[in-house]
Amino acid sequence: MCSSFLKGAALAALLVMAGGVHARELRVCADPNNLPFSNEAGEGFENKIVSLIAQELGAEVRYTWWAQRRGFLRNTLKAEICDLVPGLPANLEGVRTTAPYYRSSYVFVTRTGGPEIQSFNDPALRAVRIGVHLIGDDGSNTPPAHALSRRGIVENVRGFMIYGDYNEPDPPARILRALANGDIDVAVVWGPLGGYFAEREGVPLTVNPVRPIFDGPQLPMAFDISMAVRKDDETLRQEVDAALARRRPEVDAILAAFRVPRLDTGMKQAGRTP
Amino acid sequence: MGGARLALVLAISLILQPVSSVLAQPASPPPAAPPFAATPEDGQWTIPQKNYASTRYSDLSEINTETVKNLQVAFTFSTGVNKGQESAPLVVGGTMYVLSPYPNILYALDLTQPGAPMKWQYNPKPAAAAQGVACCDVVNRGPTFANGRIVFTTLDAHVVSVNAETGEEVWKTKLGDINRGETMTMAPLVVKDKVIVGISGGEYGVRGWIQALDINSGKSVWKAYNTGPDQDVKIGPTFKPFYDSDKGKDLGVTTWPADAWQQGGGTVWGWLSYDPELNLLYHGTGNPGPWNPNQRPGDNKWTAGIFARDPDTGEARWFYQTAPHDLHDWDNINELILLDMDWEGQPRKVLVHPGRTGFLYVIDRTTGEVLSAKPFHALTAVTGVDLKTGRIQYNAEKEPVNNRVVRDICPTAPGAKDWNPSAFSHRTGLLYIPHMNMCMDWESVEPNYIAGTPYVGAEVRMYPGPGGHMGEFSAWDLQAGKELWTINERFPLWSGALATAGDVVFYGTMEGWFKAVHARTGEVLWQFKVDSGIIGQPTTYRGPDGKQYVAILSGVGGWAGAIVSGDLDPRDGSAAKGFVNAMRDLKNVTTKGGALYVFKLP
Repeated sequence: MCSSFLKGAALAALLVMAGGVHARELRVCADPNNLPFSNEAGEGFENKIVSLIAQELGAEVRYTWWAQRRGFLRNTLKAEICDLVPGLPANLEGVRTTAPYYRSSYVFVTRTGGPEIQSFNDPALRAVRIGVHLIGDDGSNTPPAHALSRRGIVENVRGFMIYGDYNEPDPPARILRALANGDIDVAVVWGPLGGYFAEREGVPLTVNPVRPIFDGPQLPMAFDISMAVRKDDETLRQEVDAALARRRPEVDAILAAFRVPRLDTGMKQAGRTP
Repeated sequence: MGGARLALVLAISLILQPVSSVLAQPASPPPAAPPFAATPEDGQWTIPQKNYASTRYSDLSEINTETVKNLQVAFTFSTGVNKGQESAPLVVGGTMYVLSPYPNILYALDLTQPGAPMKWQYNPKPAAAAQGVACCDVVNRGPTFANGRIVFTTLDAHVVSVNAETGEEVWKTKLGDINRGETMTMAPLVVKDKVIVGISGGEYGVRGWIQALDINSGKSVWKAYNTGPDQDVKIGPTFKPFYDSDKGKDLGVTTWPADAWQQGGGTVWGWLSYDPELNLLYHGTGNPGPWNPNQRPGDNKWTAGIFARDPDTGEARWFYQTAPHDLHDWDNINELILLDMDWEGQPRKVLVHPGRTGFLYVIDRTTGEVLSAKPFHALTAVTGVDLKTGRIQYNAEKEPVNNRVVRDICPTAPGAKDWNPSAFSHRTGLLYIPHMNMCMDWESVEPNYIAGTPYVGAEVRMYPGPGGHMGEFSAWDLQAGKELWTINERFPLWSGALATAGDVVFYGTMEGWFKAVHARTGEVLWQFKVDSGIIGQPTTYRGPDGKQYVAILSGVGGWAGAIVSGDLDPRDGSAAKGFVNAMRDLKNVTTKGGALYVFKLP
C-alpha cells in the first residue's frame, strides 16, 4: 500500500481481511452502559444511528467500550483506538464535529397529575423536591443546577451523581426512578434521558422542555448534538456528514422512537454550523 | 539569590543579639523536631515521612556541602510504568522498596549485591477500569513499612500488606468501589497495630472517610466520615475545637443544604502525622464536592480542614478549617509537620502546614489554635487569616462564578502548593517548601459533556505568577514568618524535599534536574539531569557498605505533568483543568519515564 493511499484510508478506517473480503471497518467508541444513548448490546439510539452510517459507508462497526467519564476522549478518540464518537455537543473543543443531527434541551419531568413545572421562574418550584444531576467539583454542574442556585433554590434540591453506580444498568437514570418512587417531585434532566425513561418507570410521567431556554448568556439549556472525529480527520467527518444527511428520515424516526425531545424539527437541516 | 546571603547575615546577627524582645523575634531557640522524631539515626528510611513528625530529615552527613559535588550514579532501575512517579523509595535493612504508579507494582531490590538486583516483585493486579476513574494521572504516594510488612494502597481502592522479606501477600482488603468513583492514591501510616488510610474521589461525589485497619488481619477497626452527623464523624464529648464556628451539634449536616453532605467530598488522600506523646493522629480533609459554592451555602464542615483524632478509636479531638465554604478547590491534604518551638516566649507543640490556600500555618497541635498564618505565595483570591476567629478572608471579586470572567486568581486550583511534601532540617531549624507561583483566569463558556449530559464547562487557564516563573523552592523561617531564600524554577515544583545533617537539601524539577542545595544559603551545590521530569520524593539511607546514598524516582506526570504522561494536546489550554495552558512547553523539555536513580560519593 503506498502512503498516499493510506493517508485517506487510515484516517477513516482500517482495511482488514475478513473472510478474504476487504471490508471497511468503522471504529467507534461509546459507553457500554448508558441508555438511551448506547450500551454494549447495541440497544441505544446512538448505536442505531451509527449502524446507519456504517451501512452508508459500506463498513462494519467495531466498538471500543469506555465509560463516558473524565478522560474519555483522551483515552479513546485522541488515543486513536477509535475514529468516531457519537453524541457530543457541536463544536466541542479539541475534536472536529459533524453537522448536528439533533437539538434537544433539558426537561422538567414530573409525575402526571402532580404539579407540572414549565419554567425555572415558576413559584411552585420552591415548594417541591427537585432532583438535578451533578457532575463534579471543577466549577461546573448541569445548567439546571446553576439555574436553580441562581434563584436561591438550594434547600429543596437533591443531587444525583451523573456517574451513578456503574454496577447498575444505566447509572444516570436513577434520578427518574427516584421521581417515580416519590422521593422527589421534579427531575430536571437532559432531554433524551428524560424522554426515554419517562416511558419506562411504570408510573405516568410528564415531560416539558425547560424555560427559559437561555438562562443568561452562559447557561444554555439546549445543545446541538453531533458526532466527533479527530481534529485532522476531515475526510471521515465529511463522509459521516453526508451519510447523516442521506439517512435523515431514518435518523429522525430513530430519535422519535426513543422519544428524544427535539427543538430542531421543522427547521431546515441545512449546512453545518460554522 | 543575591538577597539570600544578606538575609542570612541579618538572621545570624539577630540571633547574636541579647534576648530583649517580646515579639516573635528569632531570639528564642529555633524550632526543633519533637523528641519522638529526634531519635538516633539508624540509616534506614522506612516510611515516606521518615518519622511520625513528617520532617523528612536524615542525620546522615557523609554527603555534605563539601562532598556533594562529587555525587555520582550508583545504580538505576526502571519501574516499567511511564506514568507520574510520586512515590518515595524506602530502605529497610539491606532492601529497597519501590512502588510504581498504576498498576501499583511493588519491587524489592537487594542493596547487598552490586547493582541492587531485584529480589522479587509483587503485583496486586488492580482493576484496569480504575484508570478511568482517577482524576489526575494514576499516581501513588508511596508504601510504608511496619512489623515486617510493606503496606500500600492501590488505585482500585484496596489496601495490601506484603511480607517485606518474601513479597508474599499477607492480606488484601477492598475498601472502596471504583464503580462509585472511589480510588486510593495515598501512603498509609501505621500507628501501633493499626494501618490508617483514606479514600480519594471527591470529583465523583464520594463522601470522604478515614479508616483504621488491624495490621495483622486487614480488618476494619474504625471508620470516621468527614461529613454528616457527629456520630459518623466520630465527634463526641472529647471533641474540643478551638474556634466557636466548629462548635455545635451535627455541623457536618447543618452547614450544608438538605442532603448535600451525603456526597460532600472531604476525602483523605494526603499526608498523615502522629504524635505518640499526645496520642493524636493528624490528617487533612479534601475540598467539598460536587456542588459549586453557590449551590452549597454554609461552611461545609468538615471539608478542607485538619482533624486531630485518637488513633485507637478515631474519635475527633479538634478540627480547624483552612477553607470554610471552599471556593477554589483547595483540598487541605498537604503535609502536617510536627515541631516544638517557642512562641512569644512560651514553648508550644506546633503543627506546621504550608496550605493550598497560600498560607503557612503554625497551629498549636494540642488545641488547634492558629498561632500564625503567613503568605508564602502571591495572593489575590484571599487577603489573610483572622487569628481571632481562625477564618480565612476571601476576596469576593476573585470568586469563580458562572456568567463572569474572573482574571488573575492567585493561587490557582492546585493551590500555592499541592501534595508534594516539604522537609524540616533538625539542624538549621528551617522549613524547605517546594511550591508553585501561578495564577489563573476563569470563565465558563465551552460546551462539554459527561455521560451523555451536555453542560457549559469551566475554561480555566493557568499561567506563571509574578516574575514569570512557575515554581519556587523556599527556605522558610518559622519564627519570623518569612522566606529566608528562594530558588525560582521555570515549571511548578511537584517533587518533595529532603533535608540532611550534611546541610544539603534535595529536590527535583519537572525538566528532570535533581538538585542539591546548601541548606543555609540556597546555593545549588550539585545537580544531575535524569531521563524524565521529577515529581517524586527524595530519600536517603546508609547502605550495607556503610556509605550514604540518595534516591529519587523520575517520571513526569501528576496533575501538573499530565500534558506529558497523559499525552494532552498543548493546543487545548483548558485541558487538565487549565494546567495545560501553563505547561505547554513541558513537552519540549521532557518525555515520559519511570526510573529509580540512586546516587553515592565515589
